[in-house]
Amino acid sequence: MTKLLSMNRRNFLQVSAAGLAASALPGLTPGTALAQTALTVGFIYVGPKDDYGYNQAHAEGAAVIKAMPGVTLVEEENVPETVDVQKTMESMINLDGASLVFPTSFGYFDPHMLAMAAKYPDTQFRHCGGLWQAGKHPANTGSYFGYIHQGQYLNGVAAGNATKSKKIGFVAAKPIPQVVQNVNAFLLGARSVDPTITCQVIFTGEWSLAIKEAEATNALVDQGVDVITCHVDSPKVVVETAAGRGAFVCGYHADQSPLAPEKYLTGAEWAWGKVYTDFITKAQAGEKLGNFVRGGLKDGFVKMSALGPGVSEKGRKMFDATLAEAMTGKLSVFKGPLNDNKGNAVIAADKAYAEDAIDLESMAYLVEGVVGSTS
Amino acid sequence: MDETNIGLWGVPLAILAGAIRVSTPFIFVSLGEAITERSGRINLGLEGTLVFGAMTAYAVAVLTGSPWLGVLAAMAAGAVFGLIHGFICRFPRVNDIAIGIAMMQFGLGFAFFLGKPFIQPSAPKLPSIPLGNWSSYPQVQAALNINVLFFIGFALSLFLFWAFRNTRPGLILRVVGDSTDAARAMGINPDRVRLLATALGGSLAAVGGAYLSLYYPGSWNEGISSGQGLMAVALVIFARWNPIHCFLAALLFGGTGALGPALKSVGVTQGYYLFYAAPYVLTLAILIATSSPHRALSGAPGALSLTK
Repeated sequence: MTKLLSMNRRNFLQVSAAGLAASALPGLTPGTALAQTALTVGFIYVGPKDDYGYNQAHAEGAAVIKAMPGVTLVEEENVPETVDVQKTMESMINLDGASLVFPTSFGYFDPHMLAMAAKYPDTQFRHCGGLWQAGKHPANTGSYFGYIHQGQYLNGVAAGNATKSKKIGFVAAKPIPQVVQNVNAFLLGARSVDPTITCQVIFTGEWSLAIKEAEATNALVDQGVDVITCHVDSPKVVVETAAGRGAFVCGYHADQSPLAPEKYLTGAEWAWGKVYTDFITKAQAGEKLGNFVRGGLKDGFVKMSALGPGVSEKGRKMFDATLAEAMTGKLSVFKGPLNDNKGNAVIAADKAYAEDAIDLESMAYLVEGVVGSTS
Repeated sequence: MDETNIGLWGVPLAILAGAIRVSTPFIFVSLGEAITERSGRINLGLEGTLVFGAMTAYAVAVLTGSPWLGVLAAMAAGAVFGLIHGFICRFPRVNDIAIGIAMMQFGLGFAFFLGKPFIQPSAPKLPSIPLGNWSSYPQVQAALNINVLFFIGFALSLFLFWAFRNTRPGLILRVVGDSTDAARAMGINPDRVRLLATALGGSLAAVGGAYLSLYYPGSWNEGISSGQGLMAVALVIFARWNPIHCFLAALLFGGTGALGPALKSVGVTQGYYLFYAAPYVLTLAILIATSSPHRALSGAPGALSLTK
């Protein structure tokens, strides 16, 4: 009964919106391209939409496409990375008629999104993170991500200029390649200012664990760390705790400067609005969405927070120069010779990875100067 | 920076500081649950009450600008949760454990629903007392910057320990908890005592929530508790229903919880998942070490459905 009802509603939506009684599929099918094809888009978040972090960044992007003509936005928050997300996707597809779904959290990909993609081959799925591989994963799925490690490198430049103890710190969630890249880039940015700087990393093991994040921040400050950044879903606790202890902070995911106006140096922010607008424009025009979408500062996928009052004049100059280089897309953060923190050579002396080098997306080592381990 | 470099001393300091910082919610929830269980009823819903209290305290503090009003509002909300639990459990053949689980889910869901608009705003924090000014180390000063609620929790545990033995309400509570029939024979209404005990337990648990959202970590979001309410209920059994032991168990739990991050920060980097499990391993170890095949749990209230 439910199924019947939902099918009717789905058809009704398509028919009434597109004005074509014959259209059996939403606007993704080539040939039905109308300028403002009706399109229902589903967004799934692992946490609350206003967490000053990862989910807020995505929700702000979703808010941008909500204003586009013909677009109906359906959203669900606090969906765990379990079979729950499959139910959410299924209900978005069957009940709301979504033809394009963005499961935004890392753990939604395998097996949840892949299972749904096999079950609903007419629906398009795009996952945030770097997991999609040509030939291995279905054609109606894909991944998009930004080279935000360049933002963490710039955070590192600001941190390297601000630190007095020459110890900077990183509160990290899980040791996956994206996080590890950010830790390494933060240190390398700081070492571009002073090669004696070290970076202490603490993995909490979960994307959002308020008390452990606060404890980790306190433990770092106790060890003399005076600039802290993080890669957790909601940086609010880390930013407030670090600033409360008198340390400088660099933001992540979204702009956290209102939480610590005096101590906030800068931050690496997502700019998903542009990414999502591009996807929707293509979908409405009936073009292929692309399965492998990437971009950095230059492409408008990533942006930096305005510099805070704690950045010195010298720091500001270095930051601006590095940012200008990054905006050309030619800044190479990972270049040889580079050792990991166990002493093994990981990048040869003559090798320099561009920001879009695919090898970087499987990074599993912490570079020399990072104190910590991934296991 | 050398004069403030404390190196390996950071580990014991972090354990001490963590014990004080992290333990307060455990203290309040376990004391509240001790009162409820002493009356012969078990309220597993305190996780929900804790989270709802955290939300209420944060919301009221944001709206009124006063963290103490937030704590009072949380106590009132917690008492209402306790009253609902106590009221439903009065009916015959109602299982208090099942109601507790239902109330936990209700509290969590309702808190998430009402707490939506309060994730972003910053609330004023509860005051703390700086006891570390004698030290020149900022780390020690930070560790001994202790919240008022911690001291209230400590005083409350001493008071309850005394009151359970020496006051008329304390004795009534224990009679009801040990034998419903004996209480009835004495002319006491066991349902009313249990209703009040559950309400009191709920309001204390909500104070624990207020500490989470208004002091440490000092922010409201939906993952704020991560199961602390449930662990605190387990701590009561671990502490054998003794308020002072509840306090000590909460300290122990807080201290071992700080072990993982502290060891990582001094460079012990291998196996951090193992260190994060330390509080649970410790709880298991102590329970096994203090258990006996020859006698029932000492100190357990006789009418508690756990021991029936």
